[in-house]
Amino acid sequence: MTPLQGCLLVSALFFAIGLAGAVTRRNAILALVGIELMLNAANLNFIAFWRYGPNPEALSGVMVVIFSIAIAAAEAAVGLALIIAIYRHYRTVNLDQIDSMKG
Amino acid sequence: MVEALDQIFVTLKHQVVGFFPDAWRPFVSALVSISFIPLVFATLFAFVTVIERKGIGRIQNRYGPNRVGIPLTKIRLCGFGQFIPDGIKSLTKEDVVPRAADKVVHFLAPVVLLIPVLLAYAVLPIGRNMTAVDFDAGLLFFFAVGGAVELSVFMAGWSSHNKYSLLGAMRAIAQMISYEIPLILSAVTVIMIVGSLKLADIVAAQNDYSYGLAHWFVFTPWGLAGFTLFFIASLAESNRSPFDLPEAESEIIAGYYTEYSGFKFALFFLGEYLGMFAVIGLYHTVLGRLDRAVFIPHLGAVVSLVLRQADGAGLRFYLDSRHAVAVAHGPAHELCLEIHAAAVAGEHRHDGRLAFHRPWPAALGGLLGHDFRFVCHPRPGVDAKPKTRQTHLPLRGMKNVNYNLFFLAADVRRLKYPWITSFRWSLLMSAATA
Amino acid sequence: MSLPFIIIAVVTLFAAAAAMSLRNLVHCALSLIVALAGLAALYLALDAQFVGFTQILVYVGAVAILIVFAVLLTRSDATPNQTILAPGWFTGIMISAIVFATLGWAALNSTGLPKEMPSAPEATVKNIGDLLMTQYVLPLEVIGLLLTAALIGAVIIAMKEEPPHVGSYEAEKGGAP
Repeated sequence: MTPLQGCLLVSALFFAIGLAGAVTRRNAILALVGIELMLNAANLNFIAFWRYGPNPEALSGVMVVIFSIAIAAAEAAVGLALIIAIYRHYRTVNLDQIDSMKG
Repeated sequence: MVEALDQIFVTLKHQVVGFFPDAWRPFVSALVSISFIPLVFATLFAFVTVIERKGIGRIQNRYGPNRVGIPLTKIRLCGFGQFIPDGIKSLTKEDVVPRAADKVVHFLAPVVLLIPVLLAYAVLPIGRNMTAVDFDAGLLFFFAVGGAVELSVFMAGWSSHNKYSLLGAMRAIAQMISYEIPLILSAVTVIMIVGSLKLADIVAAQNDYSYGLAHWFVFTPWGLAGFTLFFIASLAESNRSPFDLPEAESEIIAGYYTEYSGFKFALFFLGEYLGMFAVIGLYHTVLGRLDRAVFIPHLGAVVSLVLRQADGAGLRFYLDSRHAVAVAHGPAHELCLEIHAAAVAGEHRHDGRLAFHRPWPAALGGLLGHDFRFVCHPRPGVDAKPKTRQTHLPLRGMKNVNYNLFFLAADVRRLKYPWITSFRWSLLMSAATA
Repeated sequence: MSLPFIIIAVVTLFAAAAAMSLRNLVHCALSLIVALAGLAALYLALDAQFVGFTQILVYVGAVAILIVFAVLLTRSDATPNQTILAPGWFTGIMISAIVFATLGWAALNSTGLPKEMPSAPEATVKNIGDLLMTQYVLPLEVIGLLLTAALIGAVIIAMKEEPPHVGSYEAEKGGAP
């Protein structure tokens, strides 16, 4: 198993854990945490391919990951703001109870 | 010979590493570089706690600790041994954990405070070729681990299961996050000038003299603005006065570390002060450093005092080695300035008056002028513009206020020579150490 | 696949699993921080220094603190006494297992992966900065816009609306027509 395959396996496992958590837990915040884990797994994938790929001098993997980190931070901020606004309305963050579109 | 003295610690380290077999050398080298950091800075922390208490005591018109010298003997050392019984006390006190507290998180919070703070020292250039790990993005690493300190604050506040601890923790985190931005932005000006995030490059860019003044960034207008901003932001980052609402003593006792006792509390204290030292080190690296200066705050004050006395006795050795062995006592002044800022912010004076005491402008002047002599004495024949001792600045008297000596001997003065007021004393000290 | 890499990867995966399975939300957030820091260490092991430090600065220093604040503001910091799993959790775990199996099989059996391992590339900050200003300047500006929009949006969404005070138009006319 080459180092690249090892990194890809780690990132795939990370992604699967994030997916399992996002789908399985009842709390809305943990769904966001799962999404962050999935994004991080994808970033690890990019870096692994950049490092062990054919053209590392082009730095394309690093650039994509920098932008991805920035986007993930923005998305986490907006997502958590949404959860706080929902909490203010429903008084709960339990995803099973947030089930009506009526305000 | 000057070059040899300049790199004396590096040669010492190479000799120590040379004793070991080849396979072990990388580990021993790393170990030697790393062990220097806790040894020096933890000792400094011990001294600084005593100096701070004595300083604040003087401002409040009382003595600080002045009895404990070397324990188990009768040597009094003007109270400078106070940290020994303090350390023993904090080690042997009972470790009280609240029943409803989260045990694991409560235990880990001081650890999580210390680790990023110690990591931050790894990128500070102590001297030329004396950075523990010289990262390509060293300054970014410093600010990144600075951001990890807020986490420990939250852990401490939340795990105590105490409303007021949580309140203090929230205040502290909000304050730290808010002031990270001015901190980073004021360092970005320096990055733009130098063009590199490597701290050794930033120091090397300040290595010249011209017209008798060093190329420190703090002497440029943008550097001065950056210094002011950085100083204020670093006060907020370390929760020092006037930004110490998170530990407002009259309101919520100790804020986020209310429920900590014994050694964990001492670790919090250690972490906070080590963080302060690290930020001071960064200020000096980024804004005002010569490549030849080995920066060890406070120890530097003592050594430079000794060296100044040697110069007063006319030893020429001093004139060159002062640059080489160069222990910059600038950080000492900055720390004294911080302590002073704490003390004059109005909370510590018992009668409620603001204590804009006389040493305050002297401390500020001392800070800016602390190495003017240092700055204006390029080595003859080696530096670009050799100057003699005569041609230097009118601030000659101001730069020599050795703050620590002031506190050290002030007790003696008061007891034995009450007719020397503090103003006369500071004049006397300046003259003596000029 | 050196030993430090394996150790860091194992710790990171354990922390991620803990982040998704612990009962108390604050413990989950703290394990997430360990997982993110472990990822930063993995980036450093893969010679991507700038990315590793950015990960610590942004994720551990900001996003994790955001998550912690959200946990506290939504009063989820007490240990819940009901079940923590949503209904249909078994299906979710099955699906994620299938996803991992697919990705793992693709990683291990793919023929398109490069076989020789190049030496450490030169990812200095200077090169990254040059690229950001020349080749990637448009994404940089767009990211600036996106972050501004996210900032303003988050503040507006999470802002507490003041109740209309007596005598104002909203108070008299009431809600939506």
